[in-house]
Amino acid sequence: MPQSLHYLKETASQTAGPYVHIGLAPKAAGFDIYKRELGWDIAGPNAKGERIRIEGSVIDGMGAPIKDALLELWQANSEGNYAHPQGGDPVEEGFRGWGRVITDFTTGDWGVETVKPGTTLDSRGRPQAPHITLWLVARGINVGLNTRLYFSDEAEANAADPVLNMIEWEHRRATLIAQRSQRDGKPVYRFDIRLQGEAETVFFDI
Amino acid sequence: MTSPEQFYQRDWSIHPPAYSPGYKTSVARSPSYSKISLDNSVGELTGPVFGHSDIDAGDNDLLTNFAQPGQSPIGERIILHGRVLDENARPVPNTLVEIWQANAGGRYRHKKDTYLAPIDPNFGGCGRTITDETGAFAFRTVKPGAYPWRNFVNNWRPAHIHVSVFGSGFAQRLITQCYFQGDPLIPICPIVQTIPDPDAIEQLTATLDLNATIPLDTVAYKFDIVLRGRRSTLFENRLEGN
Ligand SMILES: [Fe+3]
Repeated sequence: MPQSLHYLKETASQTAGPYVHIGLAPKAAGFDIYKRELGWDIAGPNAKGERIRIEGSVIDGMGAPIKDALLELWQANSEGNYAHPQGGDPVEEGFRGWGRVITDFTTGDWGVETVKPGTTLDSRGRPQAPHITLWLVARGINVGLNTRLYFSDEAEANAADPVLNMIEWEHRRATLIAQRSQRDGKPVYRFDIRLQGEAETVFFDI
Repeated sequence: MTSPEQFYQRDWSIHPPAYSPGYKTSVARSPSYSKISLDNSVGELTGPVFGHSDIDAGDNDLLTNFAQPGQSPIGERIILHGRVLDENARPVPNTLVEIWQANAGGRYRHKKDTYLAPIDPNFGGCGRTITDETGAFAFRTVKPGAYPWRNFVNNWRPAHIHVSVFGSGFAQRLITQCYFQGDPLIPICPIVQTIPDPDAIEQLTATLDLNATIPLDTVAYKFDIVLRGRRSTLFENRLEGN
């Protein structure tokens, strides 16, 4: 036997199950326990940039909405900086860039308010189109799924984005583009995640 | 500002495959196409930072965080403690650990749980804490009960606590379940058995830790969590980073 490398092994993932709300969003489970639940305010009051709403659903392989999913979002501010010591320049006071949202128990829809993120650089210094990193768990999902949300009104930046361009099947890139519309004069983006089937969303091994 | 180093790629042989037909719900919820592998960019290398202003001191004590004053939940009083480490065996400090579980009878405080075991009026079933500089965390709680679930007609979940951890970058985000040493339901649970590697299942099994018990008061189990490690940079004559 050669020498051992002595690395530890990552802890294996297990499904979040149907009662994920108890731990991560207890009010939704039906009780009030913490003074502050985390993740409901992504941008805070001082964030610059365009205020937007994002809505969507998570659809299973039968075409049915998943009503027990939990999503987390991680994004830069409008200038492309993350709220992290190594995430770029300092961000606005109260800007967190992280959000947590569940799909509704009856409709399966989710929705968040935030600001539109700015351009960031990839590991080789190439500009990346504005995007939000998404992570999704639910009953029946054994390892949280990672994907990205891009914006339909950034066609030029999207066309040059190194990650979108890495997706060999051009028609699948569209699964990552949230579609912009207006409601009561405010921008709303629609982003449906399809777990399986013909229009399956692109998921990443990050 | 230097950008954080990339994470080691995930070893998928220790994780459950998305499509695990023994766990029936996974069948329609598993992507069919391969995931696209990404170099980590800043959005994967960084993640939310939590501090003690986000949580309260008693949030990690499930024996008291929902109980009426002077009362406590029914069940076996336990301490669940451990460390969050990375694959380089370095501590992951200041990271948020959140747990949730059924009560001692196997019932969840959730509007969708209809199991006939009773709700415990003194037990919420969730807790959270932030690891210290050595990556250590601890909770007080009751040992959860086993419960039946609809998969095959006679499936029972082993006693387990659901655990959510962040790490220092979003690519380390992990949800798992902690089982308890000696539980005969572990090897026959379809959710446990989605994991292909027996060593990885053992790594999810907390060990009785007599040294950490409080005599005549609370028994203890140890549960360490390992998140993905970060690469090092070859710097002159040594590897730097992490
Ligand atoms: Fe459970």
